[in-house]
Amino acid sequence: MSTLDLSRWQFALTTLFHFVFVPLTIGLSWLVAVMQTAWRRTGDDEWLRLTRFFGKLLLINVAIGVATGLVQEFQFGMNWSSYSRFVGDVFGAPLAIEGLAAFFLESTFLGAWIFGWGKIPPRLHLATIYLAAIGATLSAVFILAANSWMQHPVGYTIADGTGRAQLTDIGALFTNKVFIWALFHTLLAAFVIGGTLLVAVSCWHLRRGRDVAAFRRTAAMGLAVMFPAVGLALMTGGRLAVTITEVQPMKTAAMESLWQTEAPASFSLFQIGGMQPGTEPVVDIEIPHLLSLLATASWDGEVQGIDPLQAQSEQQYGDGSYVPVIPLAYWSLRAMAYLGMVLLLFSGTGLFLLKYRSLEDAHWFHRLATWSIALPILINLSGWILAETGRQPWVVWGLQKTADGVSPSIGATQVWASILGFGALYAVLGVIELRLMRRYAREGLEPPPSEGSDEPDERLTALSY
Amino acid sequence: MSLQTTWFILITVLWSGFFLLEGFDFGVGMLTPFVGRDLDERRLLKGTTGPFWDGNEVWLIVAGGATFAAFPDWYATMFSAFYVPLILVLAALIVRATGTEYRDRRDSERWQTAWDWVIAVACLLAPLLLGIALGGLLGGVPIDSDMEFTGGFVDLVQPYALVTGATFLALSLLQGALFLRLRITDDLRARAQRSARTIAVVAVVVLAVQLVWTTVIEPGDTVIPGAWAWLAITFAVAAALVAGEDRHEGWAFASSSAAVVFTMANLFATLYPNTMVSATSTANNITVYDSSSPYTLRLMTIVAAVMVPVVLAYTAWNYWVYRQRIHPRTAPTPTDDADAAPPPAPASGLSAESH
Repeated sequence: MSTLDLSRWQFALTTLFHFVFVPLTIGLSWLVAVMQTAWRRTGDDEWLRLTRFFGKLLLINVAIGVATGLVQEFQFGMNWSSYSRFVGDVFGAPLAIEGLAAFFLESTFLGAWIFGWGKIPPRLHLATIYLAAIGATLSAVFILAANSWMQHPVGYTIADGTGRAQLTDIGALFTNKVFIWALFHTLLAAFVIGGTLLVAVSCWHLRRGRDVAAFRRTAAMGLAVMFPAVGLALMTGGRLAVTITEVQPMKTAAMESLWQTEAPASFSLFQIGGMQPGTEPVVDIEIPHLLSLLATASWDGEVQGIDPLQAQSEQQYGDGSYVPVIPLAYWSLRAMAYLGMVLLLFSGTGLFLLKYRSLEDAHWFHRLATWSIALPILINLSGWILAETGRQPWVVWGLQKTADGVSPSIGATQVWASILGFGALYAVLGVIELRLMRRYAREGLEPPPSEGSDEPDERLTALSY
Repeated sequence: MSLQTTWFILITVLWSGFFLLEGFDFGVGMLTPFVGRDLDERRLLKGTTGPFWDGNEVWLIVAGGATFAAFPDWYATMFSAFYVPLILVLAALIVRATGTEYRDRRDSERWQTAWDWVIAVACLLAPLLLGIALGGLLGGVPIDSDMEFTGGFVDLVQPYALVTGATFLALSLLQGALFLRLRITDDLRARAQRSARTIAVVAVVVLAVQLVWTTVIEPGDTVIPGAWAWLAITFAVAAALVAGEDRHEGWAFASSSAAVVFTMANLFATLYPNTMVSATSTANNITVYDSSSPYTLRLMTIVAAVMVPVVLAYTAWNYWVYRQRIHPRTAPTPTDDADAAPPPAPASGLSAESH
């Protein structure tokens, strides 16, 4: 494999691994903050035990998210030095601001929260978890602003002489229409996975009849967050698709495996074959007009096909293929959409049970719930795969090709070594992480705090880290 | 002062802050298996940096991000040139971070002992390799006229770079020993103090070599070390003089911290206006003039002017909250005790005695 391909694999592997944990950190940190708020408000110790229980899961997750996040900051320069030179003036700014405004906030206050039980005044201690959650959320804001610029460059000019991108309007990065929808969509997805984790873990304990009163609360909380979050994530995803169709028509054509321009365009529900040039699908189930509706928000809207777009790109940018990997784009979109609908149905069912039946006794639902945590992970990874591979061959849409962004000075051996190194390291960490999460999730709530003590037991606190 | 110079200074400050703060984390990580004789003692030693290390690590992320934003060529060439060392740094930091979180999550002697040693090695590699990379900026690596690195691994481990790596390693150890002394009590504190005394002597010697070498490595006018170098060695010696004394432990840590800052200042001041020296030809040096546009630099300056004081304020608050010593008698007990009956209140995990 070439250095280019290896570098792409490395970026994909390290980023996807990182992206398993980050949305959960964002979603769960807010949910834990809400639990602690409920405890402060009501003085009900069940909330305290829940805060500490889910806080522990949050911390295990944060550790690996933070650790793997370092790689992200470094590898642009390491593997993609030509890209870094080309975009540094624009792309570096949100990245540096992310560090200053988000990472310091998240790390410092999470540290203060972990060790602060009984040491910091209760109100201030509650504030620390909110500040950490704000930090985690802000990091999504800045990194998505940077990524959205790669999807749809705005607020820049190409400098005379150097031919590099140069920032002219920072405001444009944060009003970029791709950014707006990508931000809502991604943050909602973070709440989906946060809510799902609550439901999955709580139902595991409900099934075993442990701390039923407490876990019923978090199951309800998780479901109440999941249902609207999934619905809105699907809707904003749809809105994002309309925007993407405007700015990256090729991505839309690829995710529909749509070779020729259609008006009205039908949505392909399930297709086998026909994803290579000149081949016909073996199976193709379509819904008329639906793609026009989804991609252009109109009944008869025209959706451009791969062939005309390829011809047009060749004319504009010169020879070469401008078509991303179609099956990847096609299935990653459907994974998001279909699994999202499954989660919607699942959380809707859960809410129904909660309100009209007995959630505590619905063992079949508990069993499903435990496994449901896999879905938002798959959904999030699919989102990244669609956004990034669907943009190929461009690293910055219309401005720089991925092939032109790779570091000229590194060799295949170095990249192989680092892929294998990171691969082995991440595999080990992934296994440890999974086992620890499972173990602590199963362990359940800590014993109730000692009587008469307003503050949580400090000895237990120290153990939680 | 031009914006380019401002950003060069700011990046110097970020690296200084990183080695000052994360330096003691690394030092504590390296010393833990030696100073702590059993698992409980080691857990307690780890606890001294508990609330801090994660925030300290952000200094490195921001140093990288600021370099990317302000000097894209510097960032691109440095990070692609020091590819292998940086991969190892990343691996070390990942292992350190996850290990710190995972260590106490299993009540097994083998598990915890293994993590203590793995973390110690990671804490040794990180400052050493980062120091080698920083030394390489001034020592020079092969860079062609397109600002691309043309050398191999051997070009990265030149003598000056190695000495600089050793210097930051030694300073981190010193920071760690002096920090520990401030944070713990009794026997453990005495042991930390003994190691601080030895480390301080080594650190002063290595630092002196590095400072002289930094002066002579620059072609031209002078072989007399400049003001930064004198300040660095003065504070290092001051730290060494009180490292073994029972009193002045705050001053010892402050002096050692100042030595770290001035060592970094000396390195970067000598480097300026270059950001990377080319061993191939001085014409290929990358300089502060290879920077982002005035618009981006101005924007980043405003952001930094607003954010840096805020960050410093809450970082200072965090250190102030956890300023008290950790006492061995009240060291946290193993995780699985959580299953036992609740201990009587007010039990204390990180209880402290005021000092």
